[in-house]
Amino acid sequence: MENNRINVKNALLHGDLFTKLSAVLMGIGMIGHKQVTKGCIVFLFEIAFIFYMLSTGIHSLSMMPSLGDRAQEKIWNEAKQIYEYTAGDNSQQILLAGVVTCFVIAAIIVLWVLQLRFSYKLQLQLKEKGSVPTFKEDIISLFDKNLHITLMTLPCLGILVFNIVPLVYMISMAFTTYSKEDEHLMLFDWDGLHQFQRVLNMNGNIGRQFWHVLGWTIVWAIFATFLNYILGMILAMVINRKDTKWKGLWRFCFILSIAVPQFVTLMIMNIMLQPSGAINVLLQNLGLITSPLPFWQNAMWARITIIVINIWIGIPYTMLQITGILQNIPSELYEAAKMDGAGPVKIFFKITLPYMLFVTTPYLISSFVGNINNFGVIYLLSGGGPTYVGDTAGQTDLLVTWLYKLTVDQQYYNLGAVIGIMTFVILTIVTLVTYRNSGSYKNEEAFM
Amino acid sequence: MNEVAKNQLSPRRKLINFLVHLLLAILSVIWLLPIFWIILTSFRAEPGAYTNTFLPQGYTFNNYIKLFTDRNVLNFPKMFMNTLIIAIFTCIFSTFFVLSVSYSLSRMRFAFRKPYMNIAMILGLFPGFMAMVAQYFILKAMGLTEGSMIRIGLIIVYSACTGLGFQIAKGFFDTIPRSIDEAAVMDGATQWQVFTRITMPLSKPIVIYTVMTSFIAPWVDFVFAKVICRANADQFTVAIGLWNMLQKEYIYQWYTCFAAGAVVISIPIAILFIYMQRFYVEGMSGAVKG
Repeated sequence: MENNRINVKNALLHGDLFTKLSAVLMGIGMIGHKQVTKGCIVFLFEIAFIFYMLSTGIHSLSMMPSLGDRAQEKIWNEAKQIYEYTAGDNSQQILLAGVVTCFVIAAIIVLWVLQLRFSYKLQLQLKEKGSVPTFKEDIISLFDKNLHITLMTLPCLGILVFNIVPLVYMISMAFTTYSKEDEHLMLFDWDGLHQFQRVLNMNGNIGRQFWHVLGWTIVWAIFATFLNYILGMILAMVINRKDTKWKGLWRFCFILSIAVPQFVTLMIMNIMLQPSGAINVLLQNLGLITSPLPFWQNAMWARITIIVINIWIGIPYTMLQITGILQNIPSELYEAAKMDGAGPVKIFFKITLPYMLFVTTPYLISSFVGNINNFGVIYLLSGGGPTYVGDTAGQTDLLVTWLYKLTVDQQYYNLGAVIGIMTFVILTIVTLVTYRNSGSYKNEEAFM
Repeated sequence: MNEVAKNQLSPRRKLINFLVHLLLAILSVIWLLPIFWIILTSFRAEPGAYTNTFLPQGYTFNNYIKLFTDRNVLNFPKMFMNTLIIAIFTCIFSTFFVLSVSYSLSRMRFAFRKPYMNIAMILGLFPGFMAMVAQYFILKAMGLTEGSMIRIGLIIVYSACTGLGFQIAKGFFDTIPRSIDEAAVMDGATQWQVFTRITMPLSKPIVIYTVMTSFIAPWVDFVFAKVICRANADQFTVAIGLWNMLQKEYIYQWYTCFAAGAVVISIPIAILFIYMQRFYVEGMSGAVKG
């Protein structure tokens, strides 16, 4: 029957008095349908919400359009003979309060819909069976068929408060003038898409840097992902060869190098490759070079050094991760190829690589995403440098490290937020395109 | 297929084998060189960051002694305790979060399941750093960025979002046959009992893996810690402390101590990592299979 579908429309049209009343007084529908405790809890939420809105919520929302306009002022106090500061508006706090209020309103709307539907469900259950679950039964079901609610509530709350809210808050900053530029750290306004125009405009200073950084980020991600992948695979195959002895020892050597925390090895590398660091000293003592090599001082050197060091870090990981998958390649494929007289190089490119690419596409995508967002390697190795005068981005900065510099060092929050959004857009496009064209996507159901 | 040829290696194969082993030996040296060098440096007697020789001229144990006794400038013992406290709490919360979410997604069927996994994927595409800047403002609004409250702030930051990292544990749970659960349910077990008494004991490897990774996280992260701690030196974690030792104002005095600190931190973490890498490999091949 039409009326039996549990949704908001049916609840409002065909609900009894209690169900309809719960559109205004949340929880009444449950109290009226013999679920008093639950109904009271829901009703308390409504009271808390109203209290919140009256005390701060409405004020926060009303401040959102202007983001505050009273500047901090210095007033001469004759009696005390000092300057006193009057508290001005703090736009950053106003924006945060506004974003939080929006989330609270969204949450109460979700609760409203849920309790309305639930009241209607209870009403139908009472009519049909004459009874509804008691509060005790509900609690028991939270540890049985509704266990997921018990287990997932806290983790979801954590993600909402400390990931989704911060992201929305940061994204909203992209549309404001919140920046140290022109002294907008205390008071700022909505700015529309102006910052996006600045970033995308190739002729401006910021835009020029953005396209430059973007280009390097993509070059870096491609090199870092595929070099590590292919070289790691070759290393795994060399170690797994039938004739290779002491397999465990070799594996242990490589795993030991990544067992040391990455930030420690990266800092060591940075020091070792300084002009007067250990590597330059060693090469000079051996008489191979006369003046130190500019590992971090020259843009091209720095880029190549970073990619090479990343290979050093990445190969053992790849080896670790894909050894098992490599051994799953059907041996008939190899034997057939050998019968046809294919050499090891040909076998690798015609059989191993295509097979691995097919099976590990999701792994490759996540490693590509990881490399685009690879903060640690760049920040600890080169710090993004060398940096040209007048630029905020260095020659080896990725979008993420530039984002860090713009927000934490320079306090150009709005520009930083725009860069973050652009990174997200690029990653989404890359992921969707590769995923849709990959074999594992087309056969996804087969794996599930 | 040709056993004889395998047992009596031709000279060409012998040469190839020799070259392969030589290559692996050279590569191993390259891979282990920085570790070898930092251990030597931690025992180096000469002060300063840079010396004129690759190998130290004299050896001493003083760097380790200074690291654990000099509390005036960079208080390493305090940083060690800070990190230990943060790591213990983070470990408890994130293990609970990760295992709960992974188990629910693997075993329970509910309307929010697919949307949750999609949302997790989308959130993973944002640079992690982007949320972090705003997290600082939110923690500040909650008063968790001053004094000893910073520890609570860091525990929250490290554990709050761990529910998004469910892939490896879920991949593991997926491999446990559902028929075991169904048999238990037939015998009258509730889902909670299935979770705690059946799945958990069967999943010891992944529980150990989750506990270890979440315990290690605060020791090796320096980005979040640096943003949240700012200049509060008495709340520093080990990672920021080590990072600071390499800054201009400290590097001459503290460089060899940095090496000692790096060795001290790396040994337990390396042991944990080597112990748990097989779970990592198992989880990975599970996760790749989808």
